[in-house]
Amino acid sequence: MRIARSIKVASVLCVGAMTLAACGGSNNESTESPAADGGGTSGAVRVDGSSTVAPLTSAAAELFAETNPDINVTVGTSGTGGGFEKFCRGETDMNDASRQIEDDEAANCEEGGVEFQEMVVANDALTVVVNPGNDFVQCLTVEQLKQIWEPKSEVNNWNQVDPSFPDEPIKLFGPGTDSGTFDYFTDAINGEEGASRTDYTPSEDDNVIVTGVSGSTGGMGYFGYTYYEENQDKVKAVEIDNGDGCVAPSPETVQDGSYAPLGRPLFIYPSIQALGSNPAFASFLQYYVENDAQIAEAALFIPLNEEQVAELESEYADAKSAAGLS
Amino acid sequence: MSAVFTPIGEQVKQDLQDTGPPLQDRSFRWVLFGALSVGIITLAALLIFVFLEGYPRLTPTLWQNMPSIRFPEKAGAQSAIMGSIWVIVTTAVICLPVGIMAAIYLEEYADPTKRFNKLIEINIQNLAAVPSIVYGILGLGVIARALALGQTVITAALTLSLLVLPVVIISSREAIRAVPQSIRAGSLALGATQWQTISRQVMPAAVPGIATGAILALSRAIGEAAPLLLLGAVTFITFNPDGLMSSYTVMPIQIYNWISQSREEFQVLAAALCIILLGILLVMNAFAIYLRNRFQRRW
Repeated sequence: MRIARSIKVASVLCVGAMTLAACGGSNNESTESPAADGGGTSGAVRVDGSSTVAPLTSAAAELFAETNPDINVTVGTSGTGGGFEKFCRGETDMNDASRQIEDDEAANCEEGGVEFQEMVVANDALTVVVNPGNDFVQCLTVEQLKQIWEPKSEVNNWNQVDPSFPDEPIKLFGPGTDSGTFDYFTDAINGEEGASRTDYTPSEDDNVIVTGVSGSTGGMGYFGYTYYEENQDKVKAVEIDNGDGCVAPSPETVQDGSYAPLGRPLFIYPSIQALGSNPAFASFLQYYVENDAQIAEAALFIPLNEEQVAELESEYADAKSAAGLS
Repeated sequence: MSAVFTPIGEQVKQDLQDTGPPLQDRSFRWVLFGALSVGIITLAALLIFVFLEGYPRLTPTLWQNMPSIRFPEKAGAQSAIMGSIWVIVTTAVICLPVGIMAAIYLEEYADPTKRFNKLIEINIQNLAAVPSIVYGILGLGVIARALALGQTVITAALTLSLLVLPVVIISSREAIRAVPQSIRAGSLALGATQWQTISRQVMPAAVPGIATGAILALSRAIGEAAPLLLLGAVTFITFNPDGLMSSYTVMPIQIYNWISQSREEFQVLAAALCIILLGILLVMNAFAIYLRNRFQRRW
């Protein structure tokens, strides 16, 4: 009796497990390892890196899948630095980056035997935002931004930034120190990468920054342009004065270079080795480069200007010849 | 002296008549109730909030479609749901036999007075309390890199197996220990070997308890995101796993990814997937309770 019962229990569990396994196995024909077939029509592509660039590469993967259903592209978001760590071990085919590769990362790649080609695939405007109820800040100079964000800054009230501003405490929100956005902003504004005051509310999730700034009258924060675009009703963008007058962030001001110094390029770093040995990756990269404008539009990124497009094409040509492809 | 005591008894009687139970008693009751309601209210608030936010997207497209970055209104989470199922089933296949056999050894064969066995026991208790991110680091260094299994389903399953193994061992030991010694003694006295005693008497009686513990352990594994993020579970994937060496993502990671997207539609999707994850957890836990109530026997 006892045994019969326990068999019942066990069989219920087994049937459950098998059903699940069977469901999982239903999609059974697709990936082989990329090296196994040189046909160029199936295989796997691994991309990792910046979470800022990931939506762009994901959109590329999605569009690419429409014409190449047998190539499986996966996109991870380990961050620019975390992604380079994997990339330089040869674990991924390409790395997304919201800043340029650093010297020690490049050294790691050399050690790991991974060559790469830097390519700019889209633009971004780091957007400084304040609360929509803030009617006194329209424009800030780079100097004022530095005053607010520099290490050990004593600025805690808007009237310390400009005496004409009212008595209103500043509440600061920004990305965490692992983020490429943080690296870029601190480099552009404070003059040294990673140098920032630390008494602000950091978050890796830009939506938290949006919520924070929209929730406090004296709030201020910064993040990529797409988050501003999607949240224009909740936050107000500040114009930036780099000595030549106030410039608002927009696709046009970024493309013509006038939104300085916070207009920034976004990068991909394809591996030359992967390009040569993984036909699936070669065709994905070709698609990415040839349809870059369309991809940027689909992912709501600021596309390249003409000069940058020409540069991208020549960089791609360099990468192909380095990989021994015609 | 007795003159002092009598009036106190009278006094207590008087107090009870006037005010009911003493203040201390009543307030303690309220403190306990307050402690209980903290948990209940938090859970209720979470459920209501998630349900209200995610309800509009709780449609079949959520499990029929693949994720999409371009069309949030059509995006689904099939690859994440299938990924979770693959990872959890593989985890169960790996960790349950190992965990249960370890528990049988510790309960039935090991001599609890030996120092070596005590050491093992303390270690298992400690492992159960190690933060999951630490297992992620271990998995990345040893399973993904040293064993060169890469960022695959099997790596995730092995890591999660290590994570829940202590829980499986501890709960299985409890279940085996709950089988009275007299059953074992009776079986041995009738001439059964130790193997026969364990396989025919002890284990059948302990199965409900073991199954309950196993399901609760797997419920923990299905909700884990931290160790898998470290292992490099990808965040954008438009195909289901097709084997143990396949790339994958799981539901908690898909939720995490959607929550940090700029478009508001993705937040709704994240909430809808939360509901599905909560639903799966609820079903697993309910099944555990059913098993316990249906098959548990009292000695």
